[in-house]
Amino acid sequence: MESIIFDQIRKEINDNDVVLYMKGTSVFPQCGFSAAVVQILSELGVSFKDVNVLEDNIIREAIKEFTQWPTIPQLYIKGEFVGGCDIIREMYETGELQQTLDDKGISYSAAA
Amino acid sequence: MAMDAELIEQLILSGIPDAQVTISDLRGDGDHYAAYVVSPSFTGKSRIQQHQMVYQALQGKMGNELHALAIQTAAPETE
Repeated sequence: MESIIFDQIRKEINDNDVVLYMKGTSVFPQCGFSAAVVQILSELGVSFKDVNVLEDNIIREAIKEFTQWPTIPQLYIKGEFVGGCDIIREMYETGELQQTLDDKGISYSAAA
Repeated sequence: MAMDAELIEQLILSGIPDAQVTISDLRGDGDHYAAYVVSPSFTGKSRIQQHQMVYQALQGKMGNELHALAIQTAAPETE
């Protein structure tokens, strides 16, 4: 059972360049931490796939086990877990997030 | 569901004994904290691994009793 869900997560993060597992949607985040990451991605003009864990309790629990990471949001770039809210915010401020996007060939619009 | 700042610090120290931990109560409501953790054990580890060590020290309380704990980690500056 678990491996089927992990496979589903793997497919999601491999089929989409940037995926954010979050509470709520990119249009209507339902948690301040999720909203903060959405805002950073929006400021950078990165297009991303949002997955609302509040709509699927199985995914909500599975994603935490998948990364051994107890909190949501979780951002994935090119299939790789990059971090939660604190790390993304820190990476954005230091420019590391922009660098990571560059390295992985993800286009974004904002000046670095 | 609130947790005491001192308890958070003790939990982190129980998992990472050589850490320097600074906890701030962000809103003064006993429910929204920030932890700044500096430890030599973080040297050479990625930020994700450093945060995972803090989460492990918190023994599953993160995401449950502890809703809002912002974490920042660092290895000590080398001299």
